[in-house]
Amino acid sequence: MINIFIENDSGKRSALEVPTDMGFSLMEILKAYEYDIQATCGGMALCATCHIEVLEGMEKLPESNDNELDTLDTLPNADANSRLSCQLRPSDEMDGLVIRLKALQEA
Amino acid sequence: MIHTDICIIGAGPVGLFAVFEAGLLKMRCHLIDALPVVGGQLAEIYPQKPIYDIPGAPAIIAEDLVDNLMKQIGEFRPGFTLGERVEALEKQEDGSYIVRTNEGTGVHCQVVVIAAGLGSFEPRKPAVEQLEYFEGKGVHYMVRKPEQFRNRKVVLAGGGDSALDWTIFLADIAERVTLVHRGDTFRGAPDSAEKVYDLAGKGKIDLILQAQVNKLGGNGVLKEVSILGNDKSVTVVPTDDFIPLFGLSPKLGPIADWNLGVEKSAVVVDTFDYSTNIERIYAIGDINTYPGKLKLILCGFHEAAIMMQSAFKYVYPDQKLSFKYTTVNGVNPF
Repeated sequence: MINIFIENDSGKRSALEVPTDMGFSLMEILKAYEYDIQATCGGMALCATCHIEVLEGMEKLPESNDNELDTLDTLPNADANSRLSCQLRPSDEMDGLVIRLKALQEA
Repeated sequence: MIHTDICIIGAGPVGLFAVFEAGLLKMRCHLIDALPVVGGQLAEIYPQKPIYDIPGAPAIIAEDLVDNLMKQIGEFRPGFTLGERVEALEKQEDGSYIVRTNEGTGVHCQVVVIAAGLGSFEPRKPAVEQLEYFEGKGVHYMVRKPEQFRNRKVVLAGGGDSALDWTIFLADIAERVTLVHRGDTFRGAPDSAEKVYDLAGKGKIDLILQAQVNKLGGNGVLKEVSILGNDKSVTVVPTDDFIPLFGLSPKLGPIADWNLGVEKSAVVVDTFDYSTNIERIYAIGDINTYPGKLKLILCGFHEAAIMMQSAFKYVYPDQKLSFKYTTVNGVNPF
């Protein structure tokens, strides 16, 4: 179990307890915690409705694959800290990651 | 005015199959979809992906499923209004409805079925100052008629296939084309990217990389775009048209304003017949929610069958419905 922090628009951070041994993607974890993200494509890196911004801990994450980069390229507000949460599998190295849900602002 | 029994909002797989279930009960359907093609998410998001949980099809490519559904409902001759978004529902004195689109199309029907998936797919809009003010005055989110850009100065933004394809196409039509992309490489089709670099190398287009359009200017109509570089430099480019191409994003749209029970962007239904809180309006597929809801195409198919049995009473109020299997009665076209 690790902690991942979600920062809201007013800068407040909430800690999520995230299991690393259940095969969930970060998108699935966020949905399980009832964050209102659509995840339209179900995790295929196609719809970008699970877009997140990594505020702290970018170096803890594996590099994006081609599918993820292709989709991020179609977003008007993606930047160097953008990731698709459906493509991230929480691991022990990600403990302490801080993210913001960009997809919520785009909705 | 189009007259039909059932107006289905959304031409995705569930909306299409609903035509079949209506047809078995001799009810005619008209479908409206904001996308210019049928298939919904399957057509827009993952046309080439295999789907594994359609009964009887161990694996089927999404666009093949759409093709098969179109064949399956062909004999029931549904009508289609594509590329238009439903804007309003008008209840008539006799209980029927007129469904109106943003293009002014009206569909008179006895029953409305919302099969709109996650809503309508609408263009992703970049955060650009004055963007919405200039919509219809120089800002376009898609290229419907390339000829309208002949001999005009056009700025496109984006780094995907659409941005590359239209840059190449409009290079021969427009007076001047400028493509702005926030990255320094393109991840669209390598062939298209190469053509864009080639056009830029020959001076036929202007390519501005590592930059984003951040402001629009003009006097009533668009006159210029301001482009902010990653290095904080600002370039102002005179232009007649600005076309941001960042793909589509699902939005609930006007459905949210129809006084239907909506929870977390989905319409609450009664699982008895998938009816909403408003008589004669049903919601099936990913657009609805109820305890235990699973967003699967096959669940939407089931919901379509159940709801059409319920809708029958509004289309044929004087007839008694008796359930029949297709294996007994076959499929009788009209």
